[in-house]
Amino acid sequence: MSRPAPVPSTGLIGSLSPGHRERLLALAHEVDHPASTRLFEEGGRADRFWIVRTGTVALDIHLPGRGPAVVETIGTGGLVGWSWLCPPHEWHLGAETRSRVEAWQFDAAEVRAVCAAHPEFGLPLVTLVAETIGRRLRATRTRLLDLYGPQPGAPSP
Amino acid sequence: MTGPGDIRAATGAPTEAVLGRDGLDALVQVLKRRGRTVVGPTVRDRAVVLAELDSADELPHGWGVELEAGRYRVRRRTDGAVFAHSAGPQSWKSFLHPPRVRQWTAERDADGGLTVCEDEPPAVSYAFLGVRACDLHAIRILDRVMIGGKYPDPAYGSRRKGVFLVAAECTEPGATCFCVSMGTGPAVDTGYDLALTEVVDDGGPRFLCRSGSEEGAAVLAELPRHQADDTTRTAAAEAVRRAAGNMGRSMPPTDLRALMRDNLEADRWDDVTARCLNCGNCTMVCPTCFCTTTEDVSDLTGDHAERWRRWDSCYDLDFTLLHGGPVRAGKRSRYRQWLTHKIGTWHDQFGSTGCVGCGRCIVWCPTGIDLTEEAHALHQEATRQGPTP
Amino acid sequence: MTLVPLPHRLTSRHRETADTVTFELEPLSGGLGPFAPGQYAMLYAFGIGEIPVSVCRTSGDGRLTHTVRAVGAVSRGLCDLPAGASVGVRGPFGNGWNLRAARGHDLLVVAGGIGLAPLRPLIDAVLAEPAAYGRLNVLVGARTPGDLLYRAELPAWRRPFGAVTVDRPAGGWTGRVGVVTALLDEALFAPENATAFVCGPEVMMRATARELVDRGLPAGRVQLSLERNMRCATGHCGHCQLGPLLLCRDGPVVPYDQAEPLLTVREL
Repeated sequence: MSRPAPVPSTGLIGSLSPGHRERLLALAHEVDHPASTRLFEEGGRADRFWIVRTGTVALDIHLPGRGPAVVETIGTGGLVGWSWLCPPHEWHLGAETRSRVEAWQFDAAEVRAVCAAHPEFGLPLVTLVAETIGRRLRATRTRLLDLYGPQPGAPSP
Repeated sequence: MTGPGDIRAATGAPTEAVLGRDGLDALVQVLKRRGRTVVGPTVRDRAVVLAELDSADELPHGWGVELEAGRYRVRRRTDGAVFAHSAGPQSWKSFLHPPRVRQWTAERDADGGLTVCEDEPPAVSYAFLGVRACDLHAIRILDRVMIGGKYPDPAYGSRRKGVFLVAAECTEPGATCFCVSMGTGPAVDTGYDLALTEVVDDGGPRFLCRSGSEEGAAVLAELPRHQADDTTRTAAAEAVRRAAGNMGRSMPPTDLRALMRDNLEADRWDDVTARCLNCGNCTMVCPTCFCTTTEDVSDLTGDHAERWRRWDSCYDLDFTLLHGGPVRAGKRSRYRQWLTHKIGTWHDQFGSTGCVGCGRCIVWCPTGIDLTEEAHALHQEATRQGPTP
Repeated sequence: MTLVPLPHRLTSRHRETADTVTFELEPLSGGLGPFAPGQYAMLYAFGIGEIPVSVCRTSGDGRLTHTVRAVGAVSRGLCDLPAGASVGVRGPFGNGWNLRAARGHDLLVVAGGIGLAPLRPLIDAVLAEPAAYGRLNVLVGARTPGDLLYRAELPAWRRPFGAVTVDRPAGGWTGRVGVVTALLDEALFAPENATAFVCGPEVMMRATARELVDRGLPAGRVQLSLERNMRCATGHCGHCQLGPLLLCRDGPVVPYDQAEPLLTVREL
């Protein structure tokens, strides 16, 4: 009885050309997870990835004595997981749904095989994944600056 | 602006005459009788400074100056000329926009209530004697900054209102002068009450005097004078014309505003930074540098507080202080700010250049930095590299 | 009153976060204004000094609401004032948000930290006249959940799209974690018919403006509220220059097409 989730117009899917989008979505499996579902764990085999259609996924890292610390959340249209792309294909974070999450799930080996066989599709896809990683890296660097925190240095008025 | 002919028609007062030494003496006395505080050049501490004058005796009769980058010397002249010296360390801004002004006082009463009292403007009525063409332009520029915008400044406005301006055309520019490049001199055009042009020949100094306002004409009518003659007129015009050809400095023949805007990352800024002490002297002597900061003080009871405004300089590290630190943390950015503002972004902010070519900043720079040299160097660097696409 | 502070009484205060207080000021006589969203006042803490503070809510009767973060002597002095204390106020100053140019547009309100304060009266104005605008998106970033301003009002800004994200989650935070620009993927707007209002640390505003332009917003329709040292607010002191701009007079709100070439020059 769930309504069909819309195809996001933003993010990785929104940036693909219509032909490539169709090709990628042909490889997708629709999944629907309740809140608090563990999608993967740090050190596990990165054999899948997801594109969120609705809901939010939290990326976390386990700290001894503190439990999981959320380092980032990924919302609608966002790509969950990129460790599948590069060897050794191992997750370096954990992931858990923060709400009910509808997503497209992809089999990493299958997508890698299609990319290898059809570089005219593989290159734009990998470029978009690289863009996503780049954006997250920039965001992380911005957060390192702790812009909203107290500024060290001279007193101000 | 009323033309001289109209003034004569309206008042019957003279618009042009020749004054001798007695006329100059009388000018100071007449202005004082009219309730004016007369300020003019005088020699003090081996410099020609601006100060309140009691009589024309205090003017720098027979004094000249030698100027160079980072160098200022008064010297004796044999011709007795009164206005044959160029800009000194001060400008009229010291009187119109004083270094320290109390803006208001505040009292806190026992209930924590607050009363704020604006300071009354001073009851001073100035006459400025011996204002150069460049400095007349500087006053006009300051007018635009301080009283030409949405919020006229009362401290400036009250001092500026009704100032009687006796201009002195420049007949002997200094080695650091470049008013011709800036289009501000050496002749005075408008905006004066009386304009003097000194003529020095065998007969000793005399002054061709023109009135530029009704009050100027009325003052001139009270002075001992001779009818203007063609010989004096010709000699005066020739002296000013010669001065225009004797500028010690010049700006590069280019759009300075665009030069500043388009070359913010030029290598030359590093070169000048190596010489600049960031002392702020150039901003203090500049006749148009207007920047100020505020000081809030309170007395020991803590119930009486005052707001003071004092001159500030863009070379001060605290000038751009924000939560966390100064925006212009490097020396390079502070010199660049001063020059690009003065001859560049001033246009955007106030509709004209901020430089009048008086050369004070060159003279009083302890390391002899010369903004005309810097502008030439920036122009050469930009020309070498060609226009940016 | 633009040059001499007009005495106001602090009628109520509310501690927003550990270092931030929102207080309401009532003129003792007369009153200033009207203040438009994005405009600012100079607030005078007796005997300490004056700082520029945006209005974060206005009312028709001259009362002003300000949110102040204690980061220096004056702001700390203001934050420490009890109800009943007197504050000197000058204003209104500066260019506010250009909301008129955004009529009929989808709106993106993007705030970082204390940057939400000058945006709140803009949100008030939009909510007072919702039919005049397209979809309202309110995107808020903060350091930690404890640093969030106006917590009681955030739920009312959730429709059609509103989200809050923090840099550092804590204390059972179940909301979003990450930079505020990450929320743009989910905002509801047609780039060719949208206007953005951005206020926060300069790096955050530049990153947000770049992302919005990447997504197709014309740079001239991304409005930033910039900050420089302001001493006089009346264009006379020279401190707040940013190249050709006197931010006290030509800002604080500046469109990104004008701001971008200035913000990328180091130490301009």
